Amino acid sequence: MMMRPMMMAAGLAALAYAGVTFAADAPEKGINVPAISMFVAFVIATLGITYWAAQRTRTAKDFYTAGGGITGFQNGLALAGDYMSAASFLGIAGLVFANGFDGLIYSIGFLVGWPIMLFLLAEKLRNLGKYTFADVASYRLSQVPVRTVAAVASLIVVALYLIAQMVGAGKLIQVLFGLPYMYAVVIVGVLMILYVTFGGMLATTWVQIIKAVLLLSGATFMALAVLWAFGFSFEAMFAKAIETSPKADAIMAPGTLVSDPISAISLGLALMFGVAGLPHILMRFFTVADAKEARKSVLVATGFIGYFYILTFIIGFGAIIMVSTNPEYLDAAKKLIGGNNMAAIHLSHAIGGDLFLGFISAVAFATILAVVSGLTLAGASAVSHDLYANVFKRGQVDEQAEMRFSKYATIGLGIVAILLGIAFEKQNIAFMVGLAFAVAASANFPILFLAIYWKGLTTRGAVMGGLGGLLVASVLVILSKTVWVDVFGYAEAIVPYKYPAIFSMPVAFVLAWFFSITDKSAQAQAEREAFTAQYVRSETGIGAEGAARH
Amino acid sequence: MQPDLAARIQADPRFQELVSKRSGYNWMMAIVMMVIYYAFILFIAFNPAALGAKIATGSVISIGIVVGFLVIIAAFVLTGIYVRRANSEFDVLTAQIKENAK
Repeated sequence: MMMRPMMMAAGLAALAYAGVTFAADAPEKGINVPAISMFVAFVIATLGITYWAAQRTRTAKDFYTAGGGITGFQNGLALAGDYMSAASFLGIAGLVFANGFDGLIYSIGFLVGWPIMLFLLAEKLRNLGKYTFADVASYRLSQVPVRTVAAVASLIVVALYLIAQMVGAGKLIQVLFGLPYMYAVVIVGVLMILYVTFGGMLATTWVQIIKAVLLLSGATFMALAVLWAFGFSFEAMFAKAIETSPKADAIMAPGTLVSDPISAISLGLALMFGVAGLPHILMRFFTVADAKEARKSVLVATGFIGYFYILTFIIGFGAIIMVSTNPEYLDAAKKLIGGNNMAAIHLSHAIGGDLFLGFISAVAFATILAVVSGLTLAGASAVSHDLYANVFKRGQVDEQAEMRFSKYATIGLGIVAILLGIAFEKQNIAFMVGLAFAVAASANFPILFLAIYWKGLTTRGAVMGGLGGLLVASVLVILSKTVWVDVFGYAEAIVPYKYPAIFSMPVAFVLAWFFSITDKSAQAQAEREAFTAQYVRSETGIGAEGAARH
Repeated sequence: MQPDLAARIQADPRFQELVSKRSGYNWMMAIVMMVIYYAFILFIAFNPAALGAKIATGSVISIGIVVGFLVIIAAFVLTGIYVRRANSEFDVLTAQIKENAK
């Protein structure tokens, strides 16, 4: 985009002005009218849903879990909507555009955690929990310490993810809509506060469902358009891409993205087990009536997410063919305008002109809104349900007060997200989603897994394991190239590996094991004895939270 | 759950049948998924050239792309197989255990 260098140099008022000026001589690059109209339509529709949902959100259970009355299919779509972020749509399409095959390595990693979560956790989680995964982790353990650790780890994951989404939103909207960065961040923040505060989980669910349908439809249309151009022959499409790409045949094979075996395995571990430790994903399992619906949700989500990643792969290759040689989408240095992450956006223009570009831009914005809403709700419930109601008030709090507090927490988190979005505008945030997955895999997943499966786990073990995993994952990421060199600017990284999970996950498990078996207190003994009741409930669902209404 | 009820359910032979069948099955499915995925990752790490090879002479499509798509499909198919068995066999057993516990 021509105005991009200018935008970086100029002040805010000048930015808005620059956007308008360029709109005159380069229509699709200034204020994008179809995109803004479609986005406004999305916002009006979702605010209508929020109003409808607000009438139906009266109790804490309604607020956190939509009353437990979401169907398996709806929840599956909402899970897909919660998980398919703009980062994975634009980011993976961009990776495929730049590296070909390597993009597939990431998308497969993001997908394979889902079956694992189904086989090992989903149903037991539903049978044991109420509102948050900390309910499950602390089921038979001491509430205050275990919930505190789980809530802090959750908030760290949520904050990292939120920053990545907010900064991504700001940059994307700056390029797509011609709006200044700050406006974009504030619009996203205010809308997510409205959805979550008034509509709770019910509104968040429907925003995610609508977004999932829009994103899947848009991506399907793009992939079909690319394949149609080659008579639906993959052979012809790949042949043309190889001919077009400067990397030629290398785009069809593993390249430099995964450099050494330790990094490859470590990244794989974080992606595979991180999904089962993401608080905003885990929370969605409490919105369905029972274990059977929870199971169905994962099947639906896995199907849609897998399908979506196949589409992004085709879209990335489509962009190599239709975008990479078209001067309309390149800057003076022959690089893609707006960076590689814009590959899918430019492709939408190449396929369907300004109107389809507008649609995909609006979908990208809607995608960000849906993901940040889910994150904010998960963060707010960690603050209100875990920290306020169960740690600070020791469970002695009435439901209305807890719900009121969760609304304050939502507003607080929304404001923090806006401020962080502004603060991190110029920072390199590439490491954040990776670190969020690493923390989820190294702190949340081990305590949740051991609490469900291992009779011997005690409060002391859970706390030490959770904190150990959190600390080791964070320190290793800070000392690695991604932060030490790329953010702090030191010449050389202290830790040579980019991904910490291969070290931090075993640390969490070993610490949890060691501090549990050496715990000889009477309380630890009682916790081990309480396992049987938890075990029977987790397997059968007898005594599990039901749905509020059907 | 009351401890005596939990102990009674745990003693129910159908509960033991459910738990032993299901947990073995769950772990087997999880291990199958992990083996598929880590085999893919280890190939990328140790033998990328094998994945770069073409599926047939004259074709431009590499083995890696076909395998990658198959891993995605496998994740969905495994989930489907599990849900099918859980919906029938395991849910029937669970319902009987619940009935018996009343």
